[in-house]
Amino acid sequence: MDKGLPAKREITFETELFGSKTFLIYVEPVFSKAGETIGINYMGMDITDQVRKRERMIKIREEIAVQKAKETELNRTIHITEETMRAKQMLATMSHEIRSPLSGVVSMAEILATTKLDREQRQLLDVMISSGDLVLQLINDILDLSKVESGVMKLEATKFRPREVVKHVLQTAAASLRKILTLEGNVADDVPIEVIGDVLRIRQILTNLISNAIKFTHEGKVGVKLYVVPEPPFAKEGSQNGSAGSTANQSTTNVPKEETCTSTSQTSSDQRGFHGKKHEGSCQDRSQNERGTPVTNGTIDVTEEQAELPETTVWIRCDVYDTGIGIPENALPTLFKKYMQVSADHARKYGGTGLGLAICKQLVELMGGRLTVSSQVHCGSTFTFILPYKVSLSCDHSDDVDDDLSDMDDHGATDDDATAGFFQFQPRTLGSLFSSNGSSRTQNLLAHNIGYVNSHKINGFSENCYSFPTSNGQTKEMDLFEDACSVAEALEISPEPESSFSHSPDHDNESAICRDEHHHNVVNAENKVSTRDVSSCSETSREVDVKEKITEPQLPAERQGRSDSGFQSTLNSSREASNSISKPKILLVEDNKINVMVTRSMMKQLGHTIDVVSNGVEAVRAIQYHSYDLVLMDVCMPVMDGLQTTRLIRSFEETGNWDEAAKAGIEKPSPSSDSLQPDCTPPKRIPIIAMTANALSESADECSANGMDSFISKPVTFQKLKECLEQYFP
Amino acid sequence: MDFVNLLQRKFIDYSSSLHREGIVDDQFTQLRKLEDENSPHFVMEVASLFFEDCEKLINNMAIALEQKQGVDFKQIDECIHQLKGSSSSIGAMRVKNACIAFRSFSDGQNREGCLRCLQQLSHEYSLLKNKLQTLFRVSVASRCLYVCLVIFCRGNEHAEPFPDVLVFQLEKEIVAAGGSIPRVH
Repeated sequence: MDKGLPAKREITFETELFGSKTFLIYVEPVFSKAGETIGINYMGMDITDQVRKRERMIKIREEIAVQKAKETELNRTIHITEETMRAKQMLATMSHEIRSPLSGVVSMAEILATTKLDREQRQLLDVMISSGDLVLQLINDILDLSKVESGVMKLEATKFRPREVVKHVLQTAAASLRKILTLEGNVADDVPIEVIGDVLRIRQILTNLISNAIKFTHEGKVGVKLYVVPEPPFAKEGSQNGSAGSTANQSTTNVPKEETCTSTSQTSSDQRGFHGKKHEGSCQDRSQNERGTPVTNGTIDVTEEQAELPETTVWIRCDVYDTGIGIPENALPTLFKKYMQVSADHARKYGGTGLGLAICKQLVELMGGRLTVSSQVHCGSTFTFILPYKVSLSCDHSDDVDDDLSDMDDHGATDDDATAGFFQFQPRTLGSLFSSNGSSRTQNLLAHNIGYVNSHKINGFSENCYSFPTSNGQTKEMDLFEDACSVAEALEISPEPESSFSHSPDHDNESAICRDEHHHNVVNAENKVSTRDVSSCSETSREVDVKEKITEPQLPAERQGRSDSGFQSTLNSSREASNSISKPKILLVEDNKINVMVTRSMMKQLGHTIDVVSNGVEAVRAIQYHSYDLVLMDVCMPVMDGLQTTRLIRSFEETGNWDEAAKAGIEKPSPSSDSLQPDCTPPKRIPIIAMTANALSESADECSANGMDSFISKPVTFQKLKECLEQYFP
Repeated sequence: MDFVNLLQRKFIDYSSSLHREGIVDDQFTQLRKLEDENSPHFVMEVASLFFEDCEKLINNMAIALEQKQGVDFKQIDECIHQLKGSSSSIGAMRVKNACIAFRSFSDGQNREGCLRCLQQLSHEYSLLKNKLQTLFRVSVASRCLYVCLVIFCRGNEHAEPFPDVLVFQLEKEIVAAGGSIPRVH
C-alpha cells in the first residue's frame, strides 16, 4: 500500500471446512483519477495442485542426491575394509605379545594382595588388579575374535553336562553380582544329561551374554532357559554348503555365508517370526516350564573323533533373558557388529569394549548355530542361540562325576510337571538391606514358601537342591529359596499391612484409586495426581518387589494385594509435572459434553486442570478414592442427580462412612483404602458448588437444603468461575 | 491503513449482525476469548460438536413425536433439557429460547404444540449453522488476507506459507504494534 505497487504471494490456509489449500494471491491498489488509493483489486488463484507437483519434484531430486551419496559411501567403505584387514592382522600379533607380560603383572599384583598391606595400599592395589583384569580381558577378546575370523580356531568336542554348565555360570555371576537382581536358570527335561560340544566356548558365550544382561539390567531378573528344539531350517542350508562342524577349513567358508544370512534378518521382528515357526509362537513369554519338542534323529555328516559310537544330533536352544533397559529397534541391526555399542552414551555409561557380542556370534555360527536377539526398550531383552550337539547314546550311565548329580540319571525320564534343573539365585544381600519390617516379612515369605513347597513337590526338588557356598554365610537362605523356586511364580502374598509403606494416607488413597476399574473416567481425564506421589509410590513398591521376590500378579483390576501393575498401567496416561501438587483438585460433575468442553477450557485459562465425571454415582466413587478441594456439581444428571449426590457426600462427611451411598447402590470402597482414613479426624468438608439451569427444581434454597455451599447459574461464564475460585481458593 | 479499517468494519458488521439478530449472545463472545495459540480453533470445534449434538437430539425428538403408540414426553423433555444446556453454553440464544418455548408444550404433553416447536427449533438451528459457518469462513479468509496485507506493508519478510499458528502470532504482533484484529470484543 505504501509503495503503491502490486504484489503477489502464495499463502496456505488450513481450513476446517475445506482442508488445506494454497492460493496465489495477487493484490494491486486501485487509484482514483487524482492518484489516491481508493481500494485494492484482490485476486486469489487456487494453485494447490501445482504446489503439490512442485513438492513431488523436489522430493525426487532429493532422492537422486541421496542415491549418489550412498554410492560414494560404498566406494569409500571398500577402501576402508581393505585397510582394516591389514590392521587386524597386526593387532592380533601384537596382542599376543602384550598378553604375556600383562598376565605377569596381574599375577604379581594378586600375590601382592595376599601380603600385609595398609588400607591405602590395598585400595591402590585393587584398582591395579581390576584394571589389569579388564585389559587382559580385552586382549583375550581381541585375540579370540581374530582367531575365529581368520579361521584358525579349532573347536573341541568334549562331553559335558549342560545343567552343570548353566549352574556354574550362574553361580559365578551371582557371586560377583553387585546389584539386586534375581538370577535363574531353567533346563528343560528333555535336554540330555550329557552332550558333546565345545564346552569352553559355550561357557564363554553364556558368560558373555549373562554378564551383558546383568550389566544392562538394574532391577528384576536375568535368566537362562535351555530346551530342545527340532532341527531349525537354517541347518539344512548350512549342511548343504558344507558341514557346519568343527573342522577349521570348512568353518572359514561357513562363517561369512552365515553372517550374510543373519545380517539380513537381524531385526527382532524377523527373528521372532523365524523362531516362531519352531516354537509354536511362544518365544518371548517368561513361563518357567516351557518344553521343547522331542529330539529329532537327524544326522549331519560331520566327522567326529567318536564316530564309532552311534550318535544323534540334538538342537538345543538357549534363551538368555533379562528385565533390563532393553535395546531400541534401530540399534538391533548393528548389535553384533564389532566395536558397536547401542550408542555413545551407552559406551560411556556402561563401559565395555563392544566385542563380546561379535565374538559370541562368530563362535555360535562357527559351531553351526544362530544367535539372535529380541528386545523391547525398558522391558528387557532376550538373546537366543541355537546350537547342535551330539549325544552319544551309549553314555547314559552315571560316571565318576559329582556326587550330587548321580541322582539325576534316575529321574532323567521323569514326566511330572516339575522341571528337573531349575535354579534360582536370589539377591544375596536380602537380610542386611532392609529395615526390621522388611526382613521379618522376608522370613515370613520363606516360611510360607517352604510350607507350600514341602507339601507339593518334595520329590521333584531333592535332586535340585544344590547348596552353594556363598561368601557371606547366608547359605541357609539360599537353600530355602531354591526349594521354593518353581512355586514362587504362582504364589501370591497376602496383602501387606499398609503401615509398611512410609506414606501419608493421601498417597495410599491414590494407590487405591487405580484398583477400581470404574475409575476409568476419572483417571482418563486430566488427572492431577502428581508424579512425585506416583513415582515414589511405585518406585518403592518396585524395590520391595524385587527384594522380596514377590511376583506381580496379573490382576484384572481386582482389589487385592499389591496393586503395582494396575497402579502403573492406569496412571500411565495421566502423569503430570510434579508441581501440580500445589494446585487444588477440582472435580466437575457434568453430563453434557459441550458444557464440559466449555467449562474445562475456561478453567484452563484460569490455570486449573479438572477431573470430569458424568454422573452422581461416578462422582461419589471419585470422592471415595480421592480427596478433592472443590466439586462443581451439575444438578440435573442421569443415573443420579446432583442433589442426591451431594446428600450422600455430606452423609459420609458427617458419619465417616459410606453407608448411605451403599444403600443407594454404590459399593463401598475396599477395606484397605477405608482403613487408610485416619479414624480420629473426620473427613474434610468439600465445597460443593451447584451448577443450575434455573429450573424450578433448582432453586437456591433447595440446593443449600441438600448440602450445597453455593451455586453458579448456567451458562457458565469465565467471570462466574473466577469469582467462585476466588471465594474458595483465596 | 484506511483499507484495513474497511475490512475490519466489514467483519465487525457481520459479527454484530449475528448478535443483533439474537443468533448468538454474550456467551459466544466469552467462547471467542478462550481461543489462543494452544487452541486456535476452539470456537469452531465447540460449534461442530454442538451441531452434531443438536442434529442428533432433533432427530430423536422427531422420531419420538412420530410414535403412533404414544409419545414419550419424558424422553422429549430430556432432549430439550440437553439441548437447552448446550445451546446456552455455546451462546446460541435463539436456539435456547426455542427450547424454552418447546418445554412448556412438552410439559403440557401437547403433541401438536411440540411438533410446531420442533419445526421452529430446526429452523433456528439451520439458521445458526449457516451463519456460523459463514462467519468462520469469513474469519479465516479475512485473517489471511489481513496477514498478507501486513506482509506487503512490512515488505517481504515472510515468504513461506503461513500455518494458522503463525497467523495467530502475527495477529498478536499486530495488536502489540498498535493495530487491531477484526473481532468483536
